Amino acid sequence: MDAFLGILRVTLTEGFIYAVLALGVYITYSILDFPDLSVDGTVPLGAVVTGVLILHGVNPWLCCLISFACGALAGSVTGLLNVKLKIRPLLCGILVMTSLISINLLIVKTGTRVEGPNGLTDGVTVANFFTDPTIFSTAPTTLIPKSVQIAGSAFQLRTIVLVLIIALIVKYLLDWYLTTRSGMLLRAAGSNAQYVTMLARNPGVSRIIGLALGNGLAALAGSVIAQQKGSADLQMGTGMVVLGLASVIVGLSIFRKVRFLRPTSKVVLGALVYKACLTIAMTLGLPTELLNFLMAALLTVALVATHALNRKKGGEAL
Amino acid sequence: MIQLQDIVKRFHAGTPDETTLFDHFNFSVERGQFVSIVGSNGSGKTTLLNLLCGSLPVDEGKILFDGRDITHMREHRRAAFIGRVFQDPQKGSCADLTILENMALADCKRGRYGLTPAVSRRRIEYYRTLLERCGMGLEDRLRVQVGSLSGGQRQALALVIANMTDIDLLILDEHTAALDPKSSERIMQLTDRFVREKGVTTLMVTHNLRFAVEYGNRLVMMHEGKCIFDRTGEEKAQLQVGDLLSLFNEISIECGN
Repeated sequence: MDAFLGILRVTLTEGFIYAVLALGVYITYSILDFPDLSVDGTVPLGAVVTGVLILHGVNPWLCCLISFACGALAGSVTGLLNVKLKIRPLLCGILVMTSLISINLLIVKTGTRVEGPNGLTDGVTVANFFTDPTIFSTAPTTLIPKSVQIAGSAFQLRTIVLVLIIALIVKYLLDWYLTTRSGMLLRAAGSNAQYVTMLARNPGVSRIIGLALGNGLAALAGSVIAQQKGSADLQMGTGMVVLGLASVIVGLSIFRKVRFLRPTSKVVLGALVYKACLTIAMTLGLPTELLNFLMAALLTVALVATHALNRKKGGEAL
Repeated sequence: MIQLQDIVKRFHAGTPDETTLFDHFNFSVERGQFVSIVGSNGSGKTTLLNLLCGSLPVDEGKILFDGRDITHMREHRRAAFIGRVFQDPQKGSCADLTILENMALADCKRGRYGLTPAVSRRRIEYYRTLLERCGMGLEDRLRVQVGSLSGGQRQALALVIANMTDIDLLILDEHTAALDPKSSERIMQLTDRFVREKGVTTLMVTHNLRFAVEYGNRLVMMHEGKCIFDRTGEEKAQLQVGDLLSLFNEISIECGN
C-alpha cells in the first residue's frame, strides 16, 4: 500500500508539473509542426530565474509569471532565428538551447553572489532556497490541508492539489486561446502557412507567437519544479525535450479514439501516463543512472506503436 | 487596373541553367475583365500569377495596381486585396479546422486577429447562405473537419473563402485541374457566378480550352514568356475551341515538335 501511494504521489505531483511542459511542447510540436529543442534550455531558465528571484525576496507567484515571460522571450528568439534568418527549426532550437546554457549559468552565478568582508564573493551554480517561501508554502495554497491520512499513512495532499490546479488553469487558458482569432490563426499557420498568407497575415508572426507561448510554458514548468524541490540548478534541463514530446505523443496516441477529450486533455493525461511508467520502473529498482535511457526508450516504443497503429489505418506518422 | 511594365524574370540566375522567362514583358488588365490565360507548360502562365501575388520577386520592372507601385509589397500584404484559389484543393483551406472555423477565420481578414473568439454565432447564418449557393450540402456540415471533404467540395469552399471579403482581384491558378470532369464543371459554373455577381476582376489560368472559350471576356495565349494571342469582347466571344487548337498546333510546329 505504501509503495502504491508512493508511486501515486510521485506520478501525480511530477505528472501535473510536466503536463505544463507537455502543453508547451504540444503548441510547438503538434500545432506548429516545429520540433523545438530550445525547451531543454527554457525549463532550467525558468528554474534559475525563479530560484534567484526567490532568494532576493520576490513573491513566488510573481516569480512564476516572470519565468514565463523569460521563457517566452527565449522562445521568440528561436522563432526569429527561423523566420527572419531562415534557419532550420532543429538548428534554431540547438542554437538557443546552447546559448541558454551560458545564460542560465550567468543568471544563477550572478544571482547567488553574496556581499562578504572582501567585497562580492563568486556565486554558485545551484540556487538553494529551501527555507524561503514558495508557491507551495504561501497563501492561498496554505488553505489546502498539508496531508491527509489514507489507510494509515500520510498522503501529501497540498502539493498535488496545487500542481493539479496549475495544470488545469494552463490547460483551460490554452483551450480558450486556441478558439480566439489569434489562436485559430496559429493553428492555421501550423497546418497551412499559405492559407495564413492568403488571409493577409504573416505566418511567421504566428510561428513566433507559438514558440514564445510554448517556451513560456516550459519555463513556467521549470519554475514550479524548482519551487517544489526548493532548489534550482542547470542539470534539470537534460531530457526535457524527450519528456515533453513523449507526453504529447503518448497522450495523443493512447487516447486517439476518445472523441470527447480535447487534445490538450489528452496531453495532460499523456504526461501522467508517461510519468507513471517512469515512476513504476524506478520503484521496481531501476538505477537512477538509467532514467534518461528509459525516457528515450519509452518514447521510441510510443513512436513505433503509433506508427504501427497508423499504418493499419493508413494515417500519417505523428 | 493592373500593369506589368518591362518585367524581367530569370530562373537559376548565375548558374549554367540560367533561363530568362520574361524579357521585358508588358501586360495590363482593365477593371472588370475576366481573363482566361492558356498556354503550354513552361509558357509563364503560373509565373505571371506568382509575380502578381508576390509569391515570386521580379528581377526588373514594375507592377502597378490602380496606379500604386506594388512591386516590392510582401505577398501577405497584397493578399488584402487579392483572392487566390490554387490548383491543389488542399491549399485553399485548413484541413485541421472545421468548415465553420475556416470561414470564421477568413471572415476576420479585414479586422484584427486578437483575443476575441474567432467563431461568432451571429455570423453562422451568413456562412450557411454562402455555402448553400455552392449546392454541395456543405451548409449542413459546418462542424466537419475540412480534411475529410472531397476535392470538389474543398475547392468550392476555397472559392467561397477567397470571395468572402471584398477583393479587387481574383486569381485562379488552374483551379479545376485536379478535379474530376463533373466537379470541375461545377466549380467552373460556380466561379462564373461569383465573378458575375461581384464583378471582380479575374485572372484564370487553365488548361481546359473549352472553359477558356466559354467563360470570361478576354482570352490570352502565352508562349515562352510572351502573349502571342489576345482577344477581348466581341472577338473573344466568337472564338471556338478549334481556333485555339490550331493555334496550339502552329506553335508546336514552329518549335519543331
